[in-house]
Amino acid sequence: MVKNILLNGVGGQGILLVSEILVEAFLLAGYDVKKNEIHGMSQRGGIVNSHIRYGDKIYSPTIPYGEADIIISFEYCEALRFLGYLKNNGIIIFNTQKIIPISVSTGKFNYPENVEEIIQKLNIKYDKFDAFEYAKEFGLPKASNIALLAYSSKYFQEIDDFIWEKALRKYIKEKYFEKNFEIFNNLRKK
Amino acid sequence: MKEVLSGNEAIARGAFEAGCKVAMAYPGTPSTEILQTIADNYKESIYCAWGSNEKTAFETALGSSIAGVRSLVAMKHVGLNVAADPLFTAAYTGVGKGFIIITADDPSNHSSQNEQDNRWYGIHSKVPVLEPSDSQECIDFVKYGFELSEKFDVPVIIRLTTRVSHSKSICNLSNPLKVEANFDYKKNVRKYIMVPSHSNPQHVILEKKLQEISKWSRDSIFSKEEILDTEIGIVTSGLTYQYVKEVFPNYSILKLGLVYPVSIEKIKKFRDKVKKLYFIEELEPILEFQARMADIKIDLGKNKIPNYHEFSVERLKSIFFENIDFEDKEQKYNFNLPPRPPVLCAGCPHRATFYNLGKKGYIVHGDIGCYTLGFADPLNGMDTTICMGASITMGNGFSIVNKLSSDKKKVISIIGESTFMHSGLTGTVDAAYNNLSNTIIVLDNSVTAMTGHQDNPMTGKTLMGENAPIFDIKKFAEAANIKKIDFVDGYYVKKIEELIEEHVNFDGPSMIVVKKPCVLKKGVKTNPPLKINQEKCKKCKMCLKIGCPAISLTKEGNIVIDETMCAGCTVCYQVCSFHAIEHTKN
Repeated sequence: MVKNILLNGVGGQGILLVSEILVEAFLLAGYDVKKNEIHGMSQRGGIVNSHIRYGDKIYSPTIPYGEADIIISFEYCEALRFLGYLKNNGIIIFNTQKIIPISVSTGKFNYPENVEEIIQKLNIKYDKFDAFEYAKEFGLPKASNIALLAYSSKYFQEIDDFIWEKALRKYIKEKYFEKNFEIFNNLRKK
Repeated sequence: MKEVLSGNEAIARGAFEAGCKVAMAYPGTPSTEILQTIADNYKESIYCAWGSNEKTAFETALGSSIAGVRSLVAMKHVGLNVAADPLFTAAYTGVGKGFIIITADDPSNHSSQNEQDNRWYGIHSKVPVLEPSDSQECIDFVKYGFELSEKFDVPVIIRLTTRVSHSKSICNLSNPLKVEANFDYKKNVRKYIMVPSHSNPQHVILEKKLQEISKWSRDSIFSKEEILDTEIGIVTSGLTYQYVKEVFPNYSILKLGLVYPVSIEKIKKFRDKVKKLYFIEELEPILEFQARMADIKIDLGKNKIPNYHEFSVERLKSIFFENIDFEDKEQKYNFNLPPRPPVLCAGCPHRATFYNLGKKGYIVHGDIGCYTLGFADPLNGMDTTICMGASITMGNGFSIVNKLSSDKKKVISIIGESTFMHSGLTGTVDAAYNNLSNTIIVLDNSVTAMTGHQDNPMTGKTLMGENAPIFDIKKFAEAANIKKIDFVDGYYVKKIEELIEEHVNFDGPSMIVVKKPCVLKKGVKTNPPLKINQEKCKKCKMCLKIGCPAISLTKEGNIVIDETMCAGCTVCYQVCSFHAIEHTKN
């Protein structure tokens, strides 16, 4: 068994933190696990993606094209960026928050507003969530990454509650932990 | 204990476990986190420091090795070009205690100017090369690499690639060797003074060592033979092994860890076990070259596989299986999305300078750093970028043609302070010595920014976290006989413009130091954000010409400033002729 999860979004959204937490969770659950992302040149606002693979035995640290079981996109139009990586019966979970790129704000490109429609037309399974709005209402807008992870956690049945807690505790700074964990638990129960 | 580590973190861990005492580097993607991890986790047992460049870092670590402690030096692939001079001769001298050179190559140029395969350096300089394929091997190869270095009295190169450096996988951690850091040095001029009468016999000794290593490596722990289907046998190394295992799960594989000098005997034995022999290597045919030199019959290698850009499972599949093609799917899933290219950050202290340079259309020689982005639209403030330090010397070359030519140009060289420390000093001396009218602009943002905020001789801190004296660039320029030197704040648009104008019209070498710390540097306070007064705004779009990611044009045609992004640098305010940009807090 090998499962592939692709996280993607925009620099500054806390995607790498989520990928660290996921990797730790799979390690604690007893799987072989690898992850890969490209560092450097990805300043604020650039495209970020992280490949996570877990299972009995993992070789390549990058997900082969068209073999992702789950894509979690942290930004609305970025949901389309790596959609080709999804396998036929895979699922994409996306945050509906929009971050307008400079290529749009300078008038050179249009921001696609019909992302959901495109995904529907392709007959791809999807799930959407406004993680930014949720975290903002909670009073911790920076925790929208944890909110999206919590919302997506129902797709990782192999991870128990105590493993999630241990993995979150390892990567979230102590003074922010309680609030983040509260968000996580609220959404996980939904 | 099990932990998930990146390749770079694992190299640091391996150094710790092996009792390494000195680690040197100059930061460079994808290698930077090696020393960063040592500084964060192991500085109690490993002395770590940034060199001004890879050559100084290399020679320092070599010195420590010969003095009597295990030492390593880390750099990105192009860094080894800078350190190539000591590399070739260190092969002749050999080492004291173990000495490891880490080179992190960057196939596909994720963050580099070329994708050279540094395994050639092993063959060229006659230094053994190890190539790990995951993080566990990064730990192991550092430990065994030190042993190899000491057993045969040679430096050892460990070659990583971006995907090894930045991939994380599970590692087993062990306790570190307990080693005291004491001198273990004996004067030996025949070994350490490379005059011709010494270096000639040392070369012969080195050739013998390499033969011994090749023989020894037949039984070494660095290689792994997996005999499955014997129809096809694949020889491979490094991360490519992981891709090969997924693409050809049933074929026999000889995975080599010591990629130079290879064990010819081992490859020959493997050849005898399989019907067809393939060599699958990312970038250059290093293993294949050595096997062909030994007359081993090869059925497939670089005659089929391209020697450019990195591999992936899907790339190997499309090379080997004719019925597999990803282009149709890629076409179907191409949604013409808006790109998000890297840009200078909001509040970047380089912006005002490049705005002025692009506007004037002078010939600008750039260098390696965040500020290379000054070439991009809409700033368009750069003509060339080659390698570390080349801004000044390329500018010198243009200045010479200026002397010769009847058609005169304004020549500028622009370089960050860390790059200036790395390779800018000698070019500056050249400009002054030869009296060249080159205007050298040093962008001093007080940090090596692009690699993730490292310190350098102009920041006042060492990698160990200690305070350090700050290099006095004014005194240096004066000593070099630079005839005109000025300092200016990076946010002062008009003042920068005036200074550039003065300097390009000055007869002789000159320097402008543009000083302002990087807006992302720890402890740097930003100003309150600005906003656009829509009543005063004439939609002239002047402020869009500074290429600030916080300023955008709405669908309705209004220009707005994103308050969460704006750092209040006021560059937009200064270029607005209609006073339409205001403080949010008055």
